[in-house]
Amino acid sequence: MQSQSYYVPAQSPWPIVGAIAMFFIAVGAGLTVMQLETADLSGVVILSLGVLILLYMLFGWFRHVIQESDKGLYSLQMDRSFKQGMSWFIFSEVMFFFAFFGALFYARVFSVPWLGGASNNQMTNEVLWPSFESAWPLLNTPAGEVTQAMPWYGLPLINTVILLTSSVTLHVAHKAIEKNNRMQLTAFLSVTVLLGFVFLGLQVEEYIHAYEALNLTLQSGIYGNTFYLLTGFHGMHVTIGALLLGIVLIRVVKGHFTEQKHFAFQAAAWYWHFVDVVWVCLFVFVYVM
Amino acid sequence: MSTQVHSAEHAHDEHPTGIKRWLFTTNHKEIGSLYLIFSLVMFLIGGAMAMIIRAELFQPGLQLVDPHFFNQMTTVHGLIMVFGAVMPAFTGLANWMIPMMIGAPDMALPRMNNWSFWILPFAFAILLASLFMEGGGPAFGWTFYAPLSTTYSNDNTALFVFAVHIMGISSIMGAINVIVTIVNLRAPGMTWMKLPLFVWTWLITAFLLIAVMPVLAGAVTMVLTDKYFGTSFFDAAGGGDPVMFQHIFWFFGHPEVYIMILPAFGIISTIVPTFSRKKLFGYSSMVYATSSIAFLSFIVWAHHMFTTGMPLAGELFFMYATMLISVPTGVKVFNWVATMWRGSISFEIPMMFSIAFIVLFTLGGFSGLMLAITPADFQYHDTYFVVAHFHYVLVTGAVFSIMAAVYYWLPKWTGHMYCITTAKWHFWMSMISVNILFFPMHFVGLAGMPRRIPDYALQFADFNAIISIGGFAFGLSQLIFVWCVYKCAKGGESVPDKVWDGAEGLEWEVPSPAPLHTFSTPPEVK
Ligand code: HEM
Ligand SMILES: [Cu+2]
Repeated sequence: MQSQSYYVPAQSPWPIVGAIAMFFIAVGAGLTVMQLETADLSGVVILSLGVLILLYMLFGWFRHVIQESDKGLYSLQMDRSFKQGMSWFIFSEVMFFFAFFGALFYARVFSVPWLGGASNNQMTNEVLWPSFESAWPLLNTPAGEVTQAMPWYGLPLINTVILLTSSVTLHVAHKAIEKNNRMQLTAFLSVTVLLGFVFLGLQVEEYIHAYEALNLTLQSGIYGNTFYLLTGFHGMHVTIGALLLGIVLIRVVKGHFTEQKHFAFQAAAWYWHFVDVVWVCLFVFVYVM
Repeated sequence: MSTQVHSAEHAHDEHPTGIKRWLFTTNHKEIGSLYLIFSLVMFLIGGAMAMIIRAELFQPGLQLVDPHFFNQMTTVHGLIMVFGAVMPAFTGLANWMIPMMIGAPDMALPRMNNWSFWILPFAFAILLASLFMEGGGPAFGWTFYAPLSTTYSNDNTALFVFAVHIMGISSIMGAINVIVTIVNLRAPGMTWMKLPLFVWTWLITAFLLIAVMPVLAGAVTMVLTDKYFGTSFFDAAGGGDPVMFQHIFWFFGHPEVYIMILPAFGIISTIVPTFSRKKLFGYSSMVYATSSIAFLSFIVWAHHMFTTGMPLAGELFFMYATMLISVPTGVKVFNWVATMWRGSISFEIPMMFSIAFIVLFTLGGFSGLMLAITPADFQYHDTYFVVAHFHYVLVTGAVFSIMAAVYYWLPKWTGHMYCITTAKWHFWMSMISVNILFFPMHFVGLAGMPRRIPDYALQFADFNAIISIGGFAFGLSQLIFVWCVYKCAKGGESVPDKVWDGAEGLEWEVPSPAPLHTFSTPPEVK
């Protein structure tokens, strides 16, 4: 391993701004949820303020880092630290989804069959909801909610194709940046971002369809719950990923990055591929199976 | 091995002073101190809550506080001690010591380091503020089982949820920083099997943190949607299951208890050799034992759920897997004792805490083994026996190790020796009172006294009075600690670079007090 002098970044006001942003977001989000059934909007106001401060922080922090990077302050070691940090962050995201996939798995394999009397649970069924029958997707809940399942063909399939395509276009863009082919890079990165937003648009359409035509809502039992939480958090991650790629695109247009140094691009790209992999799991376990 | 260019980042030699210094800092030592001070404050606040609990339980009957408030106290006491006191203390120690131990200039991602610290006080401000709001704070136990936290919780639960989210984000960022620092910033020659054990144990702890804190985030999120958005993850009426909550929670929760003990193992493995004047016995077996504990900690979670009516195969699997953990744990205890065997031991304060740790933590391990026996746990579960178990492993385990670490490294941090007499008073007072406090809990637990109750049957009265007296004494003894540390920070006898003559490691080669920037170029490790 090549050893070199250390680079230690200077003090920075941005983290504390970020901490204040988090405080506002947490308090705001908490109050917003608590005030759902009231006309009180103070929570929403605090939450929005927090988001604004967070955006301000991200903008300032990133700009600061970009300037430092342009000055050539960062050593290869710093670059490695950034990359490893990003990989571990993605691993933590994997574990976040793991919790929800775990819930889906548990509901399908254990709790729903048990409520239907499987294993040694005949009495559970007899005593609690004798007319309940176990099935997946769970369209008739023990409490009597009725809903319809979201089929995998149609919008979800189209969305799968879109996301997979975007992974390919992003890969092409990545190859282009390594060959310093700016034209190709800009074109393929733009297509990727575009596909990301198309995906999100279709996802919204799917939700509307689910709510209006299928009566599949957040309240329709464990099938709808796992459906919305998994697709919802995935959608949130697509939004973040698309925004990150969008920022990278702006920087590309401005002429940032070189063949060797494009950590921001790489980080956003890893994130995007991760989001895609989550979708594939989601498509298989939430929609198809 | 390589050329060492002198880097000297003069850019930030102009160091802001006053409050800005602490708000903007990217220095691992300053951030380490912030974590440690924060943890001490939380320890005192959480301790005050314990005093309220013990005061109420001093006699049978309801006298001082109403039951709802009592429940808030047990809940917030647990949350604060776990997330506010023990974990930040270890993170503070990691910040201070890891870069010095591996010859790094700082943590790998210093600004993120600042961020991960400063969001913590905000998280606890939210949690504590909810206590004063209408309806009160969380009252469902630190484990926030559904439906207590969903159907039956008060309206402020959303604040609890988001406070926990911030704590989780903070831990994850801190852990990422630790891993990247260790993987990427080791000085040349600092090979894996030369890493000090504190660094090893923290590396594995950090991995556990990144793996399970997101699962905790998932659990609180589902509590949030169940409570406020009408989902039924933990409600059988919608096809969910309250027991599913416990599975998800304990998938986080059991690794979490190891998160709170692995760094302690690292500390004890550092201190015992120093004062035995011998090399640590079985270094590599320590590394492998730590790794296997970490691995096993992922497959034992349901030992907290033996009484939930799991299928028999599950009960058996989790019983045997749990017992398996005591093998690597036993390896460690054996190695510490073997290190002391025929050493020329001297009993400085850190060593006294370490020896107390070894004995008392092992006791906690034994009660853990009893709890791991499924049929026996049917009787012990949710009694004071469990409370005795986890306080032995957490107070005389994790907390004692933190105190040992502070007494070990404080002279290096401040450049002064603390007052030994005061420290001895602290040790002996704590050592005696902690056993008066927690040992009788075994007896009342075995006799059937349930945990988390503000009132109890008359036959438990005598033991509870004794327990409470031990509790007050232990609480007061910690004020000696605060005083001792404060005095040492203010001044005292100067110490040499190598404070303890038997000590090994890079941290003893830098001046005392350690300069703000330790290594600007990598030191060569032989
Ligand atoms: C030999 C190792 C250990 C074994 C076999 C063991 C076993 C157990 C079992 C079976 C329980 C569940 C008891 C019940 O609720 O009925 C339990 C609870 C607990 N253990 Fe351990 N344990 C061990 C070590 C540790 C360590 C090292 C820690 C922390 C540093 C720890 C912290 C806890 C905590 C906090 C609880 C209670 C959680 C709660 O319900 O609030 N244990 N332990
Ligand atoms: Cu456990």
